[in-house]
Amino acid sequence: MEALPEAHHGLMNDPKIPSGNGLTPPDRGSNGGADGAIVEICTRFGNDKHRMLDILLAVQDRFRWISPEAMETIAEQTGQSRIQVEGVASFYHFLSQEPKGAITIRICDDIVDRYTGLADAVAAFEEELGIAMGTTSADGRFSLDYTPCIGMCDQAPAAMVNGVIFTRLTKQKARSIAAALREGASPEELISPQFEALSPYERATASVDNNILHAGEVLLGPVPQDAGLEKAAVLRSEQIIATVEASGLRGCGGAGFTSGAKWRFAAAEADPQKYVFCNADEGEPGTFKDRVLLTERADLVIEGMTIAARAIGAKEGLIYLRGEYAYLRDHLEDVLAKRRARGLLGSDILDKPGFDFDIRIQMGAGAYICGEEGALISSCEGLPGEPKTRPPFPVNRGYLGHPTVVNNVETFCHAARILDQGAQWFQSMGTEGSNGTKLFSISGDCRNPGIYELPYGMSVRDVLTLAGGSDAAAVLVGGPSGTMVGRDSFERLLSFDDLATAGAIVVFSGERNILEIVEYYLGFFVHESCGYCTPCRVGNVFLQKTIQKFREGNADSSDVAYLRDLASTIIETSRCGLGMTSPNPILSTLENFPLVYSATTKENEGGMKATFDIQAAISGARTIAKRRSYIFDKDFTQ
Amino acid sequence: MSDAAFTFTIDGVTITAEPGQSIMDAADAAGIYIPRLCDHEGLRHQGGCRVCTIKANGRSAAACTQPAAPDLVVENESEHINAMRRNLVEMLFHEGNHLCPICEASGNCELQAMAYRLGMTEPTKFPYLEPCRAVDASHPDIALDTNRCISCGRCIRASQDVDGKGIFGYVGRGIHRRVAVNGPDLAHTDAEVTDHAMSAEVCPVGCIIRKRVGFSTPIGEREFDGGLIGQDIERKRSQGKGQ
Repeated sequence: MEALPEAHHGLMNDPKIPSGNGLTPPDRGSNGGADGAIVEICTRFGNDKHRMLDILLAVQDRFRWISPEAMETIAEQTGQSRIQVEGVASFYHFLSQEPKGAITIRICDDIVDRYTGLADAVAAFEEELGIAMGTTSADGRFSLDYTPCIGMCDQAPAAMVNGVIFTRLTKQKARSIAAALREGASPEELISPQFEALSPYERATASVDNNILHAGEVLLGPVPQDAGLEKAAVLRSEQIIATVEASGLRGCGGAGFTSGAKWRFAAAEADPQKYVFCNADEGEPGTFKDRVLLTERADLVIEGMTIAARAIGAKEGLIYLRGEYAYLRDHLEDVLAKRRARGLLGSDILDKPGFDFDIRIQMGAGAYICGEEGALISSCEGLPGEPKTRPPFPVNRGYLGHPTVVNNVETFCHAARILDQGAQWFQSMGTEGSNGTKLFSISGDCRNPGIYELPYGMSVRDVLTLAGGSDAAAVLVGGPSGTMVGRDSFERLLSFDDLATAGAIVVFSGERNILEIVEYYLGFFVHESCGYCTPCRVGNVFLQKTIQKFREGNADSSDVAYLRDLASTIIETSRCGLGMTSPNPILSTLENFPLVYSATTKENEGGMKATFDIQAAISGARTIAKRRSYIFDKDFTQ
Repeated sequence: MSDAAFTFTIDGVTITAEPGQSIMDAADAAGIYIPRLCDHEGLRHQGGCRVCTIKANGRSAAACTQPAAPDLVVENESEHINAMRRNLVEMLFHEGNHLCPICEASGNCELQAMAYRLGMTEPTKFPYLEPCRAVDASHPDIALDTNRCISCGRCIRASQDVDGKGIFGYVGRGIHRRVAVNGPDLAHTDAEVTDHAMSAEVCPVGCIIRKRVGFSTPIGEREFDGGLIGQDIERKRSQGKGQ
């Protein structure tokens, strides 16, 4: 990759991120040429501090780390201080401050992967590459790391090898992948020997299955090309917004805010510079619906964004694509290019004078918090992905201070279909207050993991029947920030009024350890908290430690009250939705699986904590004093 | 938005606010103290420590960043809110190493003073995280012990916005997020002891240490030895009443 000259690209058309082939040792940034290459990368992004994430991703890809020297150069080029650059570089999981291997293998350690053979896959990689997880080989060719949910729970265990996805990793499959990589094969050619000859869409689907198991009427059934956009193009802003409002469409990313209202607020702003952002930072563990929409309905996503742009008067848009979905980038760029060629993006869209709109893709770099709309905007501005203070709200002052509509991938798809088929059509599906259909990502202990497009209002049991989850003992609805329900709650309904969800349904059989699942998810939130506010930064660590105490059998009944008190402080004082929902795995299992907690506690006797081991506690002192305890050792005299 | 002043209530007391004021700005002016650690007079509001959490029309918000609004009903000094604040202060104690008897900031420390104000008078319930970060004593006049840092970011804002230097910044994420200096150590920055960021009032704890002056004011005569934190603000109201 070093030999390839990197062409100059405009801001709207970002250069493709090349991937290493494992043969060339990565440039460590120690030679005299590194500085020039970093200057070139900065220049390619206009030395713009708002493109800091792109610059750092390009430097990471080229040199496999962000060295202190690189940070100095980037700071100089972009007019930032070194500490500001370091603040960004140290925030994102996919940016590294120590050298990573030319091939970096990130194995997804989601709980679903753990229950489908993660340990075998890990052992195979470790043995075949001769390095342990979390380390880099001495020759700089390979790194092995864990990473949280990469959106492949329906085909777990899965891993990212540089940007390439490998799924259904058995011990044998992992071993042969590792062996081939060691022999010098590129990750791409392991997906297909003719990888380069495949179309971008074929490349995406060659590595990852869609697993669409139930197509509904709105999104995954037959969808006429651009019918919604053609109708929207002859409507006024007010008419488009009124249609979306009348449909009752609510955001599909989790918060469920009324989409039409969001568009109306942004449309009402006088600022002529407005933005439409697509939130494709699908990071909730167990969710993978947007992956499928971006693969199979990319045109519909962009159509919806274009309609939103017309509704609010935006000229520029952006798709924030999570770093884990880098394998979809070429496909999305290809769809964008084709739409530009067809006059569906760019100037005078559909020959409507003044209907101008174009989109660029912003890659994320491994940060769940960037799915929060303020954090997403911060990330696009070249800052650490920290949520913004609200108010002002993004629809009033968002990206670079301009009105910005941020909607989920699925929400844009729905909006485009509503403009085509009408508000009444959409309203006729689902339930009161939860109109239309919803994509559900179903994974875990069920026979048919995959994507289901279903109307709102179905029961958990109905969904389990479809997915073959007859052994289910616990179902996590909405991912860890949602609700864990047990068998006695399977009649509850999937809707905004009962079990609200962005679509993740993770099924657990009776063989699974609820506390292990809870501890995993708390660890996820600890890893993904941005750290801006005290309760989320510190409180989640304490929650996780307490669950560990239960798992070790060292908890007493007062720890249940402690968990509730701590959880309530975190929920009520956190700055954004992450901390407002991170205690949910604990609270919903305390509510629905109380026996799991009571069965693991020990009661105190005689003023002593049952779990307190005095002998262990004084053993260090005994060693230092070189004598036994007068009080606690019966044989003191010996 | 109209420029006219308006009123709202905090714990039943009607106070006047100007458009653009935060709940905390208005409360300060009216002589009602809302506990805070990351907020400091003359610096941008950050809303990070969350100690100033109040209930505005029943919803939690940080008083330092939440705009005051006409007829808002704000709850400040309730048992429930103060219990949450105490939890937050305890979290900060346990996140770092805060050993008051051996800390030169004792008596001047806002974290310690806040603990007293909120009644943190018995052993705490959280586990200690016991960080072990190197002390940066490289600078001739200033030392940094970030084991005592509460990540309030006041030094970052003071250095950036008041001194125009940008000596400090946050690095890392989550529980690993911390304040760091713009260089290999403090001696290799343009930090000076006369910077606002280095002044006794900006760092609320004993993290930024001015060398050779630590005990020039004896224990017993220090800022919070005479009374609770926030009484300077509350005094405004009691004086107002007396007139």
